[in-house]
Amino acid sequence: MLLEICNATKIYGPRGGEGEVIALQDFNLQIRKSPASITAIAGESGSGKTTLANAILGFTRLTSGEVIYDGQDISRATRAQIKDYRRNVQAVFQDPFGVYNPFYRVQHVFNQVIRNFGLNRNRAEWQQMIEEALNAVGLRGQDVLRKYPHQLSGGQRQRIMMARAYMIEPRLIVADEPVSMVDASLRASILDVMLRLKEENGISFLYITHDLSTAYQVGDQIHVLYQGSVAERGPTFSVIDQPRHPYVQLLVDSVPVPDPDVKWEGEVVLPAEEEMRSSAISGCRFYPRCPQRLDQCLQQQPPLYQVDDADHQAACYLLST
Amino acid sequence: MLSDQNQKPIVLEVEGLRVYYETPAGDVLAVNGIDFQLYQGETLGLVGESGCGKSTAAMGVLQLVVPPGRIVSGQVLLDGQNLLDLSARELRKLRWAKLSLIPQGAMNSLNPTMKINRQIQDVIDAHLGATSKQEIRDRILELLQMVGLPERVYHMYPHQLSGGMKQRVCIAMAIALSPQVIIADESTSALDVVVQRVVAQTLLRVKEALGVSMIMIGHDMGLMAQMVDRIAVMYAGKIVEIAFVKEIFDHPAHPYSQLLIESVPSLKEHKPLKVTEGITHDPRHPPPGCIFQLRCPLVMDQCRQQEPVAQEVRPGQWVACHVYQSSEAGQ
Repeated sequence: MLLEICNATKIYGPRGGEGEVIALQDFNLQIRKSPASITAIAGESGSGKTTLANAILGFTRLTSGEVIYDGQDISRATRAQIKDYRRNVQAVFQDPFGVYNPFYRVQHVFNQVIRNFGLNRNRAEWQQMIEEALNAVGLRGQDVLRKYPHQLSGGQRQRIMMARAYMIEPRLIVADEPVSMVDASLRASILDVMLRLKEENGISFLYITHDLSTAYQVGDQIHVLYQGSVAERGPTFSVIDQPRHPYVQLLVDSVPVPDPDVKWEGEVVLPAEEEMRSSAISGCRFYPRCPQRLDQCLQQQPPLYQVDDADHQAACYLLST
Repeated sequence: MLSDQNQKPIVLEVEGLRVYYETPAGDVLAVNGIDFQLYQGETLGLVGESGCGKSTAAMGVLQLVVPPGRIVSGQVLLDGQNLLDLSARELRKLRWAKLSLIPQGAMNSLNPTMKINRQIQDVIDAHLGATSKQEIRDRILELLQMVGLPERVYHMYPHQLSGGMKQRVCIAMAIALSPQVIIADESTSALDVVVQRVVAQTLLRVKEALGVSMIMIGHDMGLMAQMVDRIAVMYAGKIVEIAFVKEIFDHPAHPYSQLLIESVPSLKEHKPLKVTEGITHDPRHPPPGCIFQLRCPLVMDQCRQQEPVAQEVRPGQWVACHVYQSSEAGQ
């Protein structure tokens, strides 16, 4: 396995106290070394998807559980192992405006990386590497390297971030909402870069998003989170075409269909806010909103049950029989 | 772009509206001469990428353009009255009462120190003057109910509400005085999918019940398909195409509209990604001819010289593109 996440749990606030928030609960994930794949993590705000990204990138410590890279638990890794990990696991963030220092030209972004990882041999090779990385994302050095960040579009900036990550030849890129701040017409160019880096360069992606349609376009596997727990997971086609968890069904059903002839059917009623934020309940997190809830759902959180497809699982008691 | 949509009366008419932003390096032509009509009870979608001028156009209609922006020319006719001719006082009377706005990021437009009932009451007070306490209370509760909020919201502060609820409070304020036109600027863009659906459906229901006309600004084509009757596609300060929503989705005519439709991701089919390069011109110095020439896959010599004029290619579908003109001009 390239990356394995075992029983990852992150709790914010005082333990057992009033302000306790379980951001992520018993999360498991495996990404194979090959073939390269795109794993989508989908969920609404507050579902724990960014907590997961932060845990993998080492920005936050898990309360319990492990992040294992290439057989090594990263919380117990040596300095050299950490450096190796940081090189092989790269990140692309949501905000293509905030990640740049506005005082420096684009060239600086690349120089920094080359220095940090000691990739440079000589100037010519150095420039060559940058050019290749930019070509991989469909840009040319002469067009962007001398520019300042404000002279580029959001799409270009995000692709430069992909190029920066690519140049280090990582094995995994954690992309946290990389297209949500980019215009719809330019989103495709970034998703296309992800697909090509996967196909042609064998780089795997952890694609974190709130947008099911883009997850559907590029994801091989998907994990749908609801309030910190996995509601459903499996091959993207299987999960989105035939969702089995009531939450995922509601979610898929609510995505506006870009066809004026297919309108939403029925109205959704949201329960009162206080019911929805009941982080302390012991049962299924979706209970307050679930149209098919059972008494059983309040007693214990449902485990993941197999759905017809072997890799497809959903955490709902409706599937227990 | 004149067309009589089933002879429905026109509520709002915009003609040749230009809004520029002053910068040290010259004016940015944010809205560069747009024309459209809004019919009674209709929802018109205004779509385009960020920076195309759609929000500025809305501010122009509402006469809320602030420096460094300024309205350079044009007419905004509401009920036959040109809003550009009105004094600040007359405009104040008209806003909320005839023309209201659900702003972008509406959830952040509420005053955090005031309870919801006070905020809605402010809108009502300012226009209707002294009304009995009981009447106002009843009206506010009625409004809350219309947008699907429980009564207890009446006594709550904005921070006690979720994003979707605050958004619905803003809808309640927008309809408080039964206006003729509501402008909703990206009014559901920061919400989760399920909540977005709830707010969007609330908006549709309220709109139907009151028979108001609405201009919906946004970039989510899926949401547009669900909510609007007609769509105006904006690019770099101009409306390049305006048509019924079905025409836009089934056979978009302008190359930019085509690109926009092709790049809409869908859960129904796994189509190949349509990649488009985004070279845009300097908004201070648009090139002569068509504004879309730098990105257009069908660009011709004519496009670099002459600006295309809108013409009707199908009933109700107006397009500003030489591809459709050259065939006739050549004959």
